[in-house]
Amino acid sequence: MNDVAIAGVAQTRHESRKDNMIYADMVFDVVTSALEDAGLTLDDIDSVVTVSNDFLDGRTISGMAVGDASGGQDKNISTVEGDGTFGAFYGLMRVLSGYGASIVVAHSKGSEGDIRYVTNGMFDPIYQRLLGIEAISASAMQAREYMQRYGVSEEQLASVSVKNHGNARNNPYAHLPMDISIDDVMKSRPVADPLKKLDCGPVSDGAAAIIIASPEIAAKATSTPVWVKGVAHCAEDYMIGDRDLAVPVALKDAARRAYDMAGIKNPAEELDLVELYDAFSYMEPLWLEGLGLAEAGKGMSLLEKGVSTMEGSLPVNPSGGVLSSHPVLVAGLVRIIESVLQLRGQAGERQVKNATSALAHGINGPCGQSHCVWILNKDK
Amino acid sequence: MSRPVGIVGTGQTDHKSHRPDVNGREMIREAVTRALEDAELSIKDIDAIVIGNMDHFESINYVDTWSVEGSGGVMKPIMKITTGGTTGATVALAAYYHVASGLFDRVLAIGWEKNSESDTTAAIITCSDPIWDRFSYSGAIPSLATEATAYMKQYDATQEDAALIAVRDRNNALNNHHAHLQRPVTVDDVMNSPMLAYPIKLLDVCPRTDGACAVVFAADGVAQKLTKQPAWVKAGSVRHTYTWFGDSTDYDRGLVSLQRASAEAYKHAGITKPAEEIDVAELYLPYTYAGLKWIEDLGFCGKGEGAKFVREGNTDMNGKIPVNPSGGVISTNCIGATALLRVAEAAIQVMGKGGDRQVDGAKTALATGFGGCFWSDVVILGAQKP
Repeated sequence: MNDVAIAGVAQTRHESRKDNMIYADMVFDVVTSALEDAGLTLDDIDSVVTVSNDFLDGRTISGMAVGDASGGQDKNISTVEGDGTFGAFYGLMRVLSGYGASIVVAHSKGSEGDIRYVTNGMFDPIYQRLLGIEAISASAMQAREYMQRYGVSEEQLASVSVKNHGNARNNPYAHLPMDISIDDVMKSRPVADPLKKLDCGPVSDGAAAIIIASPEIAAKATSTPVWVKGVAHCAEDYMIGDRDLAVPVALKDAARRAYDMAGIKNPAEELDLVELYDAFSYMEPLWLEGLGLAEAGKGMSLLEKGVSTMEGSLPVNPSGGVLSSHPVLVAGLVRIIESVLQLRGQAGERQVKNATSALAHGINGPCGQSHCVWILNKDK
Repeated sequence: MSRPVGIVGTGQTDHKSHRPDVNGREMIREAVTRALEDAELSIKDIDAIVIGNMDHFESINYVDTWSVEGSGGVMKPIMKITTGGTTGATVALAAYYHVASGLFDRVLAIGWEKNSESDTTAAIITCSDPIWDRFSYSGAIPSLATEATAYMKQYDATQEDAALIAVRDRNNALNNHHAHLQRPVTVDDVMNSPMLAYPIKLLDVCPRTDGACAVVFAADGVAQKLTKQPAWVKAGSVRHTYTWFGDSTDYDRGLVSLQRASAEAYKHAGITKPAEEIDVAELYLPYTYAGLKWIEDLGFCGKGEGAKFVREGNTDMNGKIPVNPSGGVISTNCIGATALLRVAEAAIQVMGKGGDRQVDGAKTALATGFGGCFWSDVVILGAQKP
């Protein structure tokens, strides 16, 4: 892959309800801020990718609501419906195809709908949807499958929530910075067994934008470029009954290809931090296994040995992760943004020391059916 | 930096108003299977997939992950692109960029819609702003009726002029066994069809169709091994100019998005005289008046000359620049697939696979997409590798 940089990043503060802003307001703010962050103007941008979801927005052609706010009025623009990491992937491919710079911008207002109905729409309309299954209940089954397969306890998973909400205390953009204990998680309201309220990320309002640039435009930018070294995505089978929910095969495939592109042979040694899509506490250990950072069933060991804490050798979700802020779709882009801030050395109180290589991850579909993996580096 | 990309295969369903015999995934699979057969590939050869439709027509969220059993996306990279009526063209361009980027060698683009499962207008009106636009000026027909009325007033075009477009496209569809409506119409038929919103009558507009289309894109070096004549992508440009319907009402300026997108695409393809240099055009004309007006925006003829240009037979199958050999959108409209069908037809013509509807010696073909808030996409294909 040719050299491509991330030259600008911006995100809103993620919160439960932004009732003073419509989608276009949020998108305009983050696009403007990302351009300021990069020291570029809209004239430097020749490609725009918006990320939105018609179900979430309650609008068909949801990209239309933010066309002018994204800066795409007289540019080559398109809309990816899926997680922000996938939208960023399209923005990257456009730059690799000859565009100078892509703005990728995602927005989401969970407050304006009911996420249970929105995610119920992911499931088969004839065989599954009428059962009422949606993201949380499907994830609860995945959590149970994972726990039973490998003998993982609810308390162990609760410790992930404690860590990530704790990390969020150092992230001014996070929705739920919290100082909680395992006991607090265990005593929080049951949502769908074995998931309790504090095992689940919130539903947030928020937006985020990144600028993906060719080396020429990156050189023009005033920001410190962060370089894309590897990126890949993959989807597995659809019907959750057809899948082994405790083995994320699509993530393994995407990670393998991303590592190959980046020339990473031993990810646990070569990566300095990981930002992954932990919509629920169990997802962190499970995705770590898929990423090859832990053996099957041993995902919890990274936290238990102190490896994935802020003081450890491979901090996982220094931002507080999706457990602490979950603007749907936007959340994957936020993983990339946090990685960029860390590699630039601009992560403030949550800065991982000497971070040079980071992994950002996003998911699409029920129970992580589709995964996108990004490897970023401080150096070209 | 970008590498050449060619289309090496196309596939489409036999389009119908209602396909109760298949579900969405099965319908997608029909088109994918045909595209792979056309390219002499198996699904194992496909490196990545791009799929598009409009969510609210079938009420399926996350169509990329839902579709994998029909699209072939199991254990492959698949992403969803959706931009309203232009979806098919934006899907095609996304597949193009997948290959041009150097990351993938063989990529499948899929557009589909099962309109029979929806209330099309109820779904479409939700595209506009819920407070300012939705109750005053929304849905497909009102804005098009306004555009048509403005055009008739500006250039003294008549309803009979517009009817010629329906006659042309519906007759062309007789040579395309995939087309949904395969019954010819006359100017009288159009004039006597029920008025929907002045001056648009039933036979002036596209139908609602169940159908899917799939197109295989391949990289330079790979494409030539798969087919003798790939349809090379010479240019692709989109302009989604407006966000508000209220901004799009200056119809005297013409279709601004199409003017801008085609100007950029012609520049990239080295085209200065479109009507002379383009051999065949497959245009997303959702209603007849577009067939008069938008060919002016494309530069096929001067402003206000659209009706005369059409009347003189320039856009007929044996004319200067045949338009819509497939029968066009007026004969088949499975919305998420509609713009991809235009790209597929342009590829079919360049590859010389048009059969009874083949335009002799077609070397350069233009395809367009239309949708959203008067948005336009332009794709130019050619027989010569760029």
